[in-house]
Amino acid sequence: MGFKIDCPNCGTRSYHEYWFGGELRAHDPSMSEDEDYRNTWLRTNAAGPQTERWFHFAGCRRWVTLERDTRDNSVTIPRIDIETLRRR
Amino acid sequence: MSGLLRRRTYLRSREPKQSYDVVIIGGGGHGLATAYYLASRHGITSVGVFERSYIGAGATGRNTTVLRANYKMPESVAFYKQSFELYKGLSLELDYNILMSRRGLFWLAHSENSLRLQRERALLNQALDVDTVFIGPDEIKKLCPQIDLSAGGKGHPIIGASYHPPGSIARHDAVVWGYAAAAQRLGVDVHEGSEVTGITRSNGRAVGIETAAGRISAGAVVSATAGYSSLVAALAGVRLPLVSHPLQAFVTERYKPILHRMVASSDMLVYISQTARGEILVGAEIERYNSYSTRSTFSFLAECAARTIDLLPFTAGLRILRQWTGICDMSPDYSPLVGESEVERFYVSAGWGTWGFKAIPAGGMGMAELVATGAAPPTIAPFRLDRFRDDRVVPDRSSAGTH
Repeated sequence: MGFKIDCPNCGTRSYHEYWFGGELRAHDPSMSEDEDYRNTWLRTNAAGPQTERWFHFAGCRRWVTLERDTRDNSVTIPRIDIETLRRR
Repeated sequence: MSGLLRRRTYLRSREPKQSYDVVIIGGGGHGLATAYYLASRHGITSVGVFERSYIGAGATGRNTTVLRANYKMPESVAFYKQSFELYKGLSLELDYNILMSRRGLFWLAHSENSLRLQRERALLNQALDVDTVFIGPDEIKKLCPQIDLSAGGKGHPIIGASYHPPGSIARHDAVVWGYAAAAQRLGVDVHEGSEVTGITRSNGRAVGIETAAGRISAGAVVSATAGYSSLVAALAGVRLPLVSHPLQAFVTERYKPILHRMVASSDMLVYISQTARGEILVGAEIERYNSYSTRSTFSFLAECAARTIDLLPFTAGLRILRQWTGICDMSPDYSPLVGESEVERFYVSAGWGTWGFKAIPAGGMGMAELVATGAAPPTIAPFRLDRFRDDRVVPDRSSAGTH
């Protein structure tokens, strides 16, 4: 179940060095109240690839975005940069 | 005793009917209890329970079997109190011995913050007629001489505890088999090895399910699938405020009956009890990231064993027999999620996180009443699915176990 996370500053480290930040969600100030409720509280909770955030608290203290398969915890995309996320 | 344990339950195997009044997805405790109460309390016997694997294969067969009612929100106390009362009469009602055994449960405090929390818990429980008392180290030692009050001498000694004398354990497989057998006697069909692959809707209303055996129509569809609730709800196009986290546990080899009480520590993130078979059963907190992987980890085993030895030094010589993992659907406020979804006649019994086993009778009874009458009884009404929309959360993290 253990896995490693590739930090852009510190290199590849055990997930124990990171705090889990949950599945990546949109942040859009123009959302309606209903959209805001859904975005704030509801989750996809996918069984499969999930784009998610991790905070490297025991290292550079920066956020890393990656894609992990929640069925077996294999990291499918080790690092997703902001430009790629914006294009999605 | 051995005769009781060997008593077998055989499920009637038959082809699913073309149509049921109520289809229940998930043959665990909550699904089977809902089926049983629909049939026994509301006369609805055209009920089909569809289980992907065998009954009790999921969270019901993986939990650490603690029964208690010492919660910290009035809504939760009322709900778990009802559940505990139903458990007390369950062996008789189902004609199946669930081996419920009264042990007494400690929640140990090693810090000022926990001390205040446990004192509040005792006061609130007493006000709501639940037997929980606040006790000091001397009394803890008297009730459970095996505890090391210095907690391993690492600078966080035990300074008090809330003690819940009714705290009990029961055999979780027996609860599943008892409900399944009793429901079956009343005419409910339990289909093992039948995965539900779709939920059919018409005009925003659930009207049936898809299985390998074909389409089955239903007057109502209930999801009671614990850690997999988000995936089942997605079949109906419903998103839930849930995240699935793994929870690990292990047992040691059998040992003479020595630990009569149950010991839990929120500061040390561990809870320990001795099973009827004599195994020392140890559980801890959920993994911090969401996952559907049920592979166990060595790091959990090592850390948790060390904490157990700190609290109960006699366990140092025991060998570990078995380790396993279950999937918990955690809600944002650590309270259950029970009610009708935004798809009409599609009901969800979820958000049972790490506290689902003790909730089985009241959860099943409440859900059965909701499905049968269309109105949620006051016990489950505070836990409706859309409570977050109007900020009616029931925050009870400190009662969820060791988080």
